[in-house]
Amino acid sequence: MSKPYSYPSRTLPLARAVALRHEIEEFNADYCAALDGGDVEAWPLFFTEDALYRVTARENAERDLPVGLVYAEGRDMMHDRAVAISRTQMFAPRHMLHMLGTTRVTSESEQDGIASTTHFMLLQTLVEGPTTVHLAGVYHDRHVRVDGSLLLRERQVVYDTAILANDLVYPV
Amino acid sequence: MYQAQTIIGRTVAAKDPGLEDCVWPQDALHYIPDWVYTSNAVYEQEQEKIFRGKTWNYVALEAEIPNHGDYKRSYVGATPVVVSRAEDGSIHVFENRCAHRGAEFCRHNQGNAKEFVCPYHQWSYDLKGNLQGIPFKRGVNREGGMPKDFRNDEHGLRRLRVTTRHGVVFASYSDEVEPIEEYLTPEILADFDTVFPGKPLKILGYYRNELPCNWKMYHENLKDPYHATLLHSFLVVFGLLVAGNKSAMLVDPVHGRHGTMASAKSEDKYASVSEENKKEMRSFHDGLRLRDDRFLEFVKEFDSPWSVTMQTVWPNLIVQREMNTLGVRQIVPNGPDSMIMQWTMFGYEDDTPEMQRHRLRQGNLMGPAGFLGLEDNEAMKFVQEGVRRSSSDVNVLKLESGKQGTSNTLISEAAIRSMYSYYRAVMGF
Repeated sequence: MSKPYSYPSRTLPLARAVALRHEIEEFNADYCAALDGGDVEAWPLFFTEDALYRVTARENAERDLPVGLVYAEGRDMMHDRAVAISRTQMFAPRHMLHMLGTTRVTSESEQDGIASTTHFMLLQTLVEGPTTVHLAGVYHDRHVRVDGSLLLRERQVVYDTAILANDLVYPV
Repeated sequence: MYQAQTIIGRTVAAKDPGLEDCVWPQDALHYIPDWVYTSNAVYEQEQEKIFRGKTWNYVALEAEIPNHGDYKRSYVGATPVVVSRAEDGSIHVFENRCAHRGAEFCRHNQGNAKEFVCPYHQWSYDLKGNLQGIPFKRGVNREGGMPKDFRNDEHGLRRLRVTTRHGVVFASYSDEVEPIEEYLTPEILADFDTVFPGKPLKILGYYRNELPCNWKMYHENLKDPYHATLLHSFLVVFGLLVAGNKSAMLVDPVHGRHGTMASAKSEDKYASVSEENKKEMRSFHDGLRLRDDRFLEFVKEFDSPWSVTMQTVWPNLIVQREMNTLGVRQIVPNGPDSMIMQWTMFGYEDDTPEMQRHRLRQGNLMGPAGFLGLEDNEAMKFVQEGVRRSSSDVNVLKLESGKQGTSNTLISEAAIRSMYSYYRAVMGF
């Protein structure tokens, strides 16, 4: 398996992976609480100043195609997107709900931070609509520690969902 | 499947008439009946008369299938096809249906193959769609097998005509459709060639989404410059387009079926909007500024007076040049109330790494999560729900009334009028 975003093997001690996993799961709980709670403008605060955030289909990730459904270089771009969504964009009202799977920590280094993956399902509920699985996929993350706390330096949201239902409004 | 996201989703029976009950309103230029968007009978006739009629349908970019044996799945109308490149470099398009028992044999979106083998009974086809081999053709121990007069060349895949223009591949069921250059007409061809000058493209990736709306709405939305500064406050706030910018809605003068929505960005990054125009735009947000405005930069890379050209090429292609973010969008109709949009985003092989990143950053404007793209998708969904479930039954098109063809004002519906004049003639309405 040489495909990017496939199956990285774990290169750090198990006990350390478990400790970090708890911390990252706590981080993700906060992240999803902000998004599912409707506070999209708090979303950029989970990232470092120079972070990369990309949402892309699995077919792009596996073929190393760089496009993003959302592609943000840096927290300022994320801030602009959050403000555009919360204050200027027109879309039907909706609730989003993230369901996360187990986090798997695969490496840790001074230079590259902590690499981990977490499965997610994103549920969407529209007015007059059923609750549907809007996206299913995996976060491919790289966390770094800033002043003792974790922040995302990179989050690649790689989704399996081959055909998206209409659009994606909020960050994942 | 997704179109069923609305629980109260039944189409009112009056909105699903048979062809004999489809009568266009008397003031034909200024009213569109709801049934063009909602009738199953109309949809079926569109497949026959438009997508399998005298049209060129976009199916692929050559850059997606550069090598011998490369293939991709695609569609002509709602019909699944395969686009492949044979050993001699020629490009072929055939229906994704085994000539034997009808299985859709090609399952991967893209790949490379020496031949196509149907997994059911292993009938094999060459890269041009010719039937090559049938297992046990002569039976076993002289029993069974095909009759003596069975000829492989009478049982190939259903093949379509193919043409290309500067790396863009089109297919047609028609033997009569004119050459692609003539089909596009000179003005449309000129803007098309600006994006596709013949230099090698670099594929940057794909988006795919379902829009719960009729496929024609997507054409109309890009022939409707009126909505641009009203729905998309983002364009206005950040100065990409304001009422009063140099702009045009070009319509092909031969049939009125293709169009180019074009505008030229003002020199200032942020536009100034007059007090008078502000009052007309409820969605205008004064004083909003981006923290990172790199993605609004326009690198002038084309010899064109326009910074934006959005081309609608009948019946299934959109060519997007939104400043420096480039892409083609393929419309796949999916019943009257749904369409699939397949986006292929690209740059050029000779882009610098920084130019590629600029295109990716600017890509946030478009696509199913784009600042403009998502609003269009929402609006078209609202229209489909409205026309499907209401008791009233016409759309009103009176901006710049009476006019058809190219218009120099954004406050016009002339291009939509042109498209429907052509459509009525083809469909017999």
